[in-house]
Amino acid sequence: MSRPSRSSGLPRWVFVPAAVGALFILLPLVALASQVEWSHFVDLITSESSRSALVLSLRTSAISTVLCLLLGVPMALVLARTSFRGQGALRSLVLLPLVLPPVVGGIALLYTFGRKGLLGETIEVLGLQIAFSTTAVVIAQTFVSLPFLVVSLEGALRTAGEQYEVVASTLGARPTTVLRRVTLPLVLPGLAAGAVLSFARALGEFGATITFAGSLEGVTRTLPLEIYLQRESDPDAAVALSLVLVVVAVLVIALVRGPRREAL
Amino acid sequence: MKRLLVPLVAGVLLSTAACGSDPSSDARAPAKDTTLTVFAASSLKGTFTEIGQKFEDANPGVTVTFSFAGSSDLVAQISQGAPADVFASADTENMDKATADGLVEGTPVNFATNTLEIATPPDNPAKVDSLDDLASPDVKTVICAAEVPCGAATAGLEKVAGVDIAPVSEEQSVTDVLGKVVSGEADAGLVYVTDVKGAAGQVIGIEVPEASQVVNTYPTAVLSGSSNASVARAFTAYVVGPEGQAVLAAAGFAQP
Amino acid sequence: MSLHVAAAFTDRDVRVELDLADGETVAVLGPNGSGKSTLLAAIAGIARPDAGRAVLDGTTLFDVAVGTWMAPHARGTALMAQDPLLFPHLDVLDNVGFGPRSAGATRGAARAVARTWLAEVDATDLADRRTAQLSGGQAQRVAVARALAAKPRLLLLDEPMAALDVTVVPAMRQVLRRVLAGRSAIIVTHDVLDALLLADRVVVMEGGRVVEHGPTRQVLARPRSSFGAGIAGLNQARGVAESGAVRTPAGLLVAGLHDSIDVPEGAAAVAVFSPSAVSVHTERPSGSPRNVFAATVRELEPHGSQVRVQTDEISADVTAPVVAELDLAPGAAVFLAVKASEVAIYAT
Repeated sequence: MSRPSRSSGLPRWVFVPAAVGALFILLPLVALASQVEWSHFVDLITSESSRSALVLSLRTSAISTVLCLLLGVPMALVLARTSFRGQGALRSLVLLPLVLPPVVGGIALLYTFGRKGLLGETIEVLGLQIAFSTTAVVIAQTFVSLPFLVVSLEGALRTAGEQYEVVASTLGARPTTVLRRVTLPLVLPGLAAGAVLSFARALGEFGATITFAGSLEGVTRTLPLEIYLQRESDPDAAVALSLVLVVVAVLVIALVRGPRREAL
Repeated sequence: MKRLLVPLVAGVLLSTAACGSDPSSDARAPAKDTTLTVFAASSLKGTFTEIGQKFEDANPGVTVTFSFAGSSDLVAQISQGAPADVFASADTENMDKATADGLVEGTPVNFATNTLEIATPPDNPAKVDSLDDLASPDVKTVICAAEVPCGAATAGLEKVAGVDIAPVSEEQSVTDVLGKVVSGEADAGLVYVTDVKGAAGQVIGIEVPEASQVVNTYPTAVLSGSSNASVARAFTAYVVGPEGQAVLAAAGFAQP
Repeated sequence: MSLHVAAAFTDRDVRVELDLADGETVAVLGPNGSGKSTLLAAIAGIARPDAGRAVLDGTTLFDVAVGTWMAPHARGTALMAQDPLLFPHLDVLDNVGFGPRSAGATRGAARAVARTWLAEVDATDLADRRTAQLSGGQAQRVAVARALAAKPRLLLLDEPMAALDVTVVPAMRQVLRRVLAGRSAIIVTHDVLDALLLADRVVVMEGGRVVEHGPTRQVLARPRSSFGAGIAGLNQARGVAESGAVRTPAGLLVAGLHDSIDVPEGAAAVAVFSPSAVSVHTERPSGSPRNVFAATVRELEPHGSQVRVQTDEISADVTAPVVAELDLAPGAAVFLAVKASEVAIYAT
């Protein structure tokens, strides 16, 4: 065999379940693509409601990603560069939205930011209306995608280590300078990967949004909600829009994997 | 390789699917112990569970299992070959679809009707007392999306009453609408009379006079794929019979 | 820029005290784990001692008793380790300019300063390189320039040559000799040559304690600690450079490493080599060694598991069987041979 990987001595039978696993992931995508009515594809994905859902999704996901960066970068820094009592427990809790069913997240958000929620009344007094607003969508998306950013960035920070930061500080750089000119540039690939993953997670967010934010065209009905609704009356449109999300997801994966493979 | 793998994958998927489905469905009962599988609309969950119980009591040896979901989901599942004996839809459109696809044996029977009503939280924070109030942007109103049966009914009601509701959200199902009202997120929602009755105490219902002109009819039918057609026919008869009707009436359904 | 430091680390059993005069370079010698690096870390502010205080030129760096702790960036103590740790996302010029830039200089000003310091370490031609394109020796020279460009009040060097290929060590040592002259610095090393060539004073640490200190020559000539004794007795032939060799006043010509640093002809120079590199013969050896010296044995003394043969200028370490075989005794006439590749030559 010309490929060196074949000489690694992997048992041949391993390839069978591996291939089954790969097919298990690929087949549904092929099935989805095969259901698309290509003759109407463009019409289906450019209908008024589809476009408004796509635009809303991209807009809210972008805002969520920015929020994830603003909140997640400091969180990752604190988790990776300090140690304090209960840090392990805090780290596990921060990861909770990763494993929590999104519906549960939505319910939790409802009891926090909802009109009758923990903070809801305070927020309402301040004149802000979160219920059924685009803000609610952004909150739901940020809630579910924040851990992605924190996890990737914390991993990158731990891999990078503190030695460069120590050197920078002995060269007279203040902590903020060290963060800006050494720490962040060093973990830039990890930060970018985390941001892209967060964006993708926000784009695909469904459960928490439908539970917490509601569903109204142009305001809260993001692409996944539109797909779920279209399925009721126009399955062809649902399939076409699903394919759009698949393509976006593939692009996102390519974005995350691409530079990393180059670096290897 | 490929020829070998495709059936293998299919096998894995099917066996997984079998594990996930109702345990009674994979054991097709011998003649005596019959299992009847009923696909019914979500809004029928309470009443049909009760009717099923009574039907089992009246027919020893028969076990009735249910799958409750949105009517259009159920039709999709049936057309994909899901093993079901009886279908009970929340609207005539989905039953028509099933009939047109040749999934139904005989003619569907209408067994209940339902009408819309305004539901508000118990304290009625927006002081809603008529359909006209729902047109106000100050009232956070939640309705069903037009794509789902309750939303079609809502659109019909708006037309009949000449009211243009300004919703803050168009939900996927009537239970989602009810949920938003129960949690206090919404000031008002348009749900079925039976939903208000089912959520006793958590919401108050406000009758809408025009709603009587937009009646939602529930049909049921025996499915052509049924392996227990005679028991299935007995069940649909039971639903339209006095016992079934009594249960439905108690839940707020009207007779067709 | 005088320094006084006293620091104790309980869990590592380190307790040291050190003074440094203005412009003085001190070499801290000692075996691995003796607490040398811990001392530097305490001065640089990257490890907190359990007790002690440090004052640099009137500024208190830390005083555990009163809870004073100055942040590392404010101390003016640049630390250079054996790993150059050049920032991989910056090119060489911006690495060197990092200190000035952090101190508020504009990009252009920082780069101008960086160029000056790159010239100082003979690395001007590396300015536009990515750090990944540098050899170990080049990277360490850039690291020296970067540390100096930060204008430290005190330069801390933690085994700066330990990770370098032996062939580039002489050149690096030469660079350090130049830049450390008249500068307040502490260099941690386990190579006695560093102490000899770079430091005014030597501090020997063992087991977390200072066991010996004093002027370099004195400590190396009359070591009292076991570590000091192990490293002492290095052969040093001082004289003037003569075509890649050193001519001593007594007339010996000691040839060194062919590619060791260029020392201008006629300049003061020293040839350094270990007694263990010297072989003893009763007849003039034929063959490869370029350095063969006739000498008279003055003294024989045990040195660890070996015997040290002292002559007027050069000493050699041989095994006891060799002493017996050659019938060595004070007054015996011998020939001493040392390969040129074992000899390091430096300008003095």
